[in-house]
Amino acid sequence: MSNDIAIIGVGMHPWGKWGKNFVEYGVKAARDAIKDAGIDWKDVQFVSGAATMRCGYPGYVAGATFAQALGWQGAEVNTSYAACASGSQALAAARAKILSGECEVALVVGADTTPKGFLAPQKGRRPDDPDWVRFHLGITNPTYFALYARRRMEMYGDTQDDFAMVKVKNAEHGFSNPYARYKKKFTAEDVAASAMVADPLRLMDICATSDGGAALIVCSMEYAKKIGKADAVKVAAISTVTPTYASSVIEMPDIATDSGAIVDAQSFRAALPVKAYEEAGIGPEDISLAEVYDLSTALELDWIEDLQLCERGQAAQLVREGATKIGGRLPINTSGGLACFGEAVPAQAISQICELTWQLRGEAGDRQVANANVGITANQGLFGHGSSVIVKK
Amino acid sequence: MTAKKKEPAIEGWFTMDSDKPHLLGSKCCDCGTFYFPKQKNFCKNPSCNGEEFEEVKLSRTGKVWSFTNSCYKPPEPFVAAEPFVPYTIAAVELEAEKMTVLGQVVEGVNVSDLKAGMEMELVLDTLYEDDESEKITWKWKPVSA
Ligand SMILES: [Zn+2]
Repeated sequence: MSNDIAIIGVGMHPWGKWGKNFVEYGVKAARDAIKDAGIDWKDVQFVSGAATMRCGYPGYVAGATFAQALGWQGAEVNTSYAACASGSQALAAARAKILSGECEVALVVGADTTPKGFLAPQKGRRPDDPDWVRFHLGITNPTYFALYARRRMEMYGDTQDDFAMVKVKNAEHGFSNPYARYKKKFTAEDVAASAMVADPLRLMDICATSDGGAALIVCSMEYAKKIGKADAVKVAAISTVTPTYASSVIEMPDIATDSGAIVDAQSFRAALPVKAYEEAGIGPEDISLAEVYDLSTALELDWIEDLQLCERGQAAQLVREGATKIGGRLPINTSGGLACFGEAVPAQAISQICELTWQLRGEAGDRQVANANVGITANQGLFGHGSSVIVKK
Repeated sequence: MTAKKKEPAIEGWFTMDSDKPHLLGSKCCDCGTFYFPKQKNFCKNPSCNGEEFEEVKLSRTGKVWSFTNSCYKPPEPFVAAEPFVPYTIAAVELEAEKMTVLGQVVEGVNVSDLKAGMEMELVLDTLYEDDESEKITWKWKPVSA
């Protein structure tokens, strides 16, 4: 396929709460990716950074910040911000540059550090700001995830035990992942004993925020051949579509959905992979494994259905059967997912691709999925940002 | 004790009719799509160039889409009573507008009392009180209760 590019290097900095500057995490990840690719940093012609909004000006110009920290060598730079999909947009920018022939090798990198203390809404009365209004009315971030989870229980008969099984499964997956923050084999009893935050979700159903960094070295297929890596894992598709009006699902920070009275209501999450499947010429039946954005345990089940990996309402059954475990027929979040990592926004979408690359290369160690040929990622963030990336052997 | 004066917690989002309150939305004069909160400038329907809107009272009953609660005190700008009392939240689908609207559920109704599809009506209730006034918001209440 003419639109393929090769992933010749991947690297990560362990997720955690290290309290260091985000640049350090990104540079460590980038150096690992460059080493993994077997190229020289000076061979990189384009640095595509995923921005962080929490670290001041260096975060807004992440591409340049990382290029400078790695040692200015004349490469062109770019910075993307798209909430949770920032890493995928940075990858899309690199792919466009490569496919247009403007460059052969690019570094894609994102890193973040967690703010000190709680992330509180801005001060002052702002009745025109939906974010201010919903907090004033007592509607917090877990409210939205809990509404989605309860909807599953009401529509499909999912239970809190099903959600706990997702946590237990992800904890098992992440246990041996050197880059995961939480490495403990939690049990269903541990989940049930954790505090209820927003019924039906408990503290252990909801992901934390973390420090972390992830990087990719991507290049043209010609370049990969030239350096003896013609059989590298490839990016087959990148979808970063925005929603289509009218959005049928209540989204943070809104108080109400769009109206479906005149225009048919649409699901944004379900639309994300559609473009990726079309672009790759690959269908859900070809998928060996998936890395999905489990901001909550129940949301992982929504994603499995949005990716069309099973019929609507059947995801919990897959979990009960053990199909989503490593060794099952459709392993989900083999890295351990956000449950084991915690969210590091600009690094997260890139880390999903790192995991799939290791899996497709057969380098995932204790987490290795047998016969992994095609993987898909999915994530969604605020303001109509989301992405789905397909990688293949 | 004299009753404190009642004021809307957010101005212009709902009528202060204590008997049969309505949320105040808007409707595009061109395509007829509904908005809550009110859309004032440009229609968000990608097939519509509408720039004029009329204020409309939204349906005051609907069906439960989903529900949850808040077990922990939210951060400011929420004004919490001391000690904090957990409250229930519902997402309610309005049939005519084909729109889901969030809101707290009246006190005394717990998560275990709700089901998807249950008929709910809009009522006015206190969000919080300060020294001078009682701040009013809309809440959802099961029609049967
Ligand atoms: Zn219109």
